Amino acid sequence: MTGYIFRRVLQAIPVFFGTTFLIYFMVFAMPGDPVLALFGDKTPSPAVIEQLRQQYHLDQPFIVQYFIYIGGIFRGDLGVSFSGQPVADILARTFPVTIRLAILALLFETVAGILVGLISGLRKGKLFDASALTISLILISLPIFVIAFVAQFVFGVQLGWARTTVGPGAPIQDLVLPALVLASISFAQIVRLTRSSVIETSGLDFVRTAYSKGLSRKRIIPVHILRNSLIPVITYLATDFGVLLVGATVTEGIFNVPGVGNTLYQAIIRGEGPTVVSFVTVMVLLYLVVNLVVDLLYGLLDPRIRFVK
Amino acid sequence: MSATDATPAKSAETPLLEIKNLQVGFQTQRGMVTAVNGVNITLMPGKTLAIVGESGSGKSTTAHAIINLLPGSGRITGGEVLFEGRNIAALDEGQMEKIRGRMIGFVPQDPMSNLNPVWSVGFQVEEAIRANGIATGKQDVKKRAIQVLSEAGLSDADKRLKQFPHQFSGGMRQRVLIGMGLSSNPKLLIADEPTSALDVTVQRRILDHLEKLTRESGTALVFITHDLGLAAERAEQLVVMYKGKVVESGPSREILQNPVHPYTQRLVAAAPSLASRRIQSASKPLEDLGYEATRVTEGVDLIAAAESRVDAHAAAATAPIAIAVKDLSKVYKIRGGKGSASTLNAVDGVSFEIPRGTTMALVGESGSGKSTVAKLLLRLEDSTSGEIRIDGTDTAPLKGKSLLALRRKMQPVFQDPYGSLDPLRNIGNTIAEPLGVFNVGDKKSRRARVDELLDQVALPKSLVTRYPNELSGGQRQRVAIARALALKPEIVILDEAVSALDVLVQAQILQLLSDLQAELGLTYLFITHDLAVVRVIADNVSVMKSGRIVEAATTDEVFGNPREEYTKELLDAIPGANIPLGV
Repeated sequence: MTGYIFRRVLQAIPVFFGTTFLIYFMVFAMPGDPVLALFGDKTPSPAVIEQLRQQYHLDQPFIVQYFIYIGGIFRGDLGVSFSGQPVADILARTFPVTIRLAILALLFETVAGILVGLISGLRKGKLFDASALTISLILISLPIFVIAFVAQFVFGVQLGWARTTVGPGAPIQDLVLPALVLASISFAQIVRLTRSSVIETSGLDFVRTAYSKGLSRKRIIPVHILRNSLIPVITYLATDFGVLLVGATVTEGIFNVPGVGNTLYQAIIRGEGPTVVSFVTVMVLLYLVVNLVVDLLYGLLDPRIRFVK
Repeated sequence: MSATDATPAKSAETPLLEIKNLQVGFQTQRGMVTAVNGVNITLMPGKTLAIVGESGSGKSTTAHAIINLLPGSGRITGGEVLFEGRNIAALDEGQMEKIRGRMIGFVPQDPMSNLNPVWSVGFQVEEAIRANGIATGKQDVKKRAIQVLSEAGLSDADKRLKQFPHQFSGGMRQRVLIGMGLSSNPKLLIADEPTSALDVTVQRRILDHLEKLTRESGTALVFITHDLGLAAERAEQLVVMYKGKVVESGPSREILQNPVHPYTQRLVAAAPSLASRRIQSASKPLEDLGYEATRVTEGVDLIAAAESRVDAHAAAATAPIAIAVKDLSKVYKIRGGKGSASTLNAVDGVSFEIPRGTTMALVGESGSGKSTVAKLLLRLEDSTSGEIRIDGTDTAPLKGKSLLALRRKMQPVFQDPYGSLDPLRNIGNTIAEPLGVFNVGDKKSRRARVDELLDQVALPKSLVTRYPNELSGGQRQRVAIARALALKPEIVILDEAVSALDVLVQAQILQLLSDLQAELGLTYLFITHDLAVVRVIADNVSVMKSGRIVEAATTDEVFGNPREEYTKELLDAIPGANIPLGV
């Protein structure tokens, strides 16, 4: 088990170098001069431009820039954004907000998604099932920004249940509506996945055997049907975390959440190499950690894939 | 187990189970389809009864109807199921829960799919014990679980409680299921083909054990099987089902010796276990055996097939050797934990020769290495050492064109007719595919060859445009054989080619193989775990155990005078081998 975790952590090393290199290269290859873009319509003096270029190592060849950046990371220095703030500070300020948002969304989509999916699967073809299928289809078909605007308008403006934008410090109560929006598509996917999985499991031989042993339906549903049905759902959750982070960029923009998505979007527009790379790298590492946790969870649910001791 | 030692039944005694005019239907898009139509069964307490029939005859549906666990859209549409005089077909779900497990235990068919893979074996036995109120308190429940599993024949039950189903072999899982079925001391146990997925020797041990357990506890047993020999050996009473109806019922021996209904007669004729038994006694005139009725039935005559084989065998002694295998070995490396690797000698110094036009049976249990021999012969895998000569040519150095030529000469038929046909290809294309691969003839002549092949395997030409899912298991296996014959091979390797089929279909395929051999002079390597079919088809037998051939002789010698203890064990395990024939 510990050996397995160790191997997985080792695997993260090439992924770290690969992603940072690729992203650094992409930012470098973006058209436009980031220094000139900084000044907008004004024309700065050549001396200032030269000074800025040197400060951000923009006068060096790409590969040198990359290694200067990587070297910085190992000294604990993630570089400085164009606005003069250390990237590490921006990370520390924005990540907690986004993680709070993501966890809230994850909580909602798993709990509600599995519950609705389970009931749907057990009542296949009934009214509840048909409604759940229709609603989930609508949610899957709509782009997230449409859902976001509609939710903002209905719950924020018309009903006044929630604030349309998130206030400073991003308190939890303000994050509920963005989290629901963020979770909506994954929620619909989980409903459908759980439903079909429950239907499939219900027809398996061991469920009939469980009934033949004299067990009640009340016991069979959670113990023999739900647990087995969760295995594909857990697999989905692992890949879904990435979708959640991407979705966060859009949702944060609409609800004005001071999180990673918003900041990253601004940094990409400005071509701030160090900021973009640092943010994406942290996201990638987070993604790897979540996947590792999900894989361990997977082994917990299904003894057949428990790891070689 | 014989009928004579039965206690005289009091006329006032109520039957334990009485099924009256049971009707079961399945809701389909085309309306209600009747699966069970007017079944009547009576079972007295402590007795055993077997329901026999082919797949689709409604025997399992009847069993599921008794405990009201019909799959999908199945419903009881009429009749009564009286258990101790009470109609349990009319009970609601809550009342039925109290009957299941506690009153009526159930042992399902497939040990691989009937245990929940995510819970430990102990958990699954314990929850049954707790649900039926047999024991309360953690220690008592555990004690009872260990007890039932030990009684079901699982050694080290206390250590195995924490293990998961995937760590168990098929036989061990079946023991767990039997233990579960009996855990709450039911008055009736329904066993739905409890051993058909297992090796014959394991099957025998488990059935012996089941018999002992039910006898000791006075549990009545309803035993469902497709093998008449097995049914007759294990049950006092037989019920033969065909197309949802009971066509014949009565004491086992009576039915076996004097089958009245034509379907029962066909079943008796087709059961390989019984056929091999009959042939074994062939030193006496067959008429004396009381089976003459079965010889004249339409369709299949396995005895005649075996007899004509004896004639052919005399001629084969001088035939050239088609397959010669010498000191063949195959070693697999197995990855263990912590990077350690061990080796497995799947095939260990195997030698044999098969003369052209004859059949050699390679017999053994799962894991004995017999299928690996087939793979090595077909060059699907390379041997570690040893030599394979086909018509005198060493096959190991063959490459490219000469390997293709070898493949053309030697064709396989595999066990699973569902898995070995491409579901997206119609039958015509499936059979013609090898012709295309080897560029034999043009489109028109290939069509003609497909028609000819369908004719040879006794399938209608109209099947050409059909797809595998529209065919029955037996039809599919015929298609697989037709495909194997397409290139006019000299050698056919049959790897458990009839093991997955119903007895009647099995008999038909064996007959077909026998006819084709006589007609085309084919050489067969017939791989099987079932000695019963060997008697019918093979000239020579090699018995494999743990990668080695432990006994090799002619079929008559092996059956008449087995030298090895292991061979004797395999022979004893043939169901029906010990039925008193009354000769």
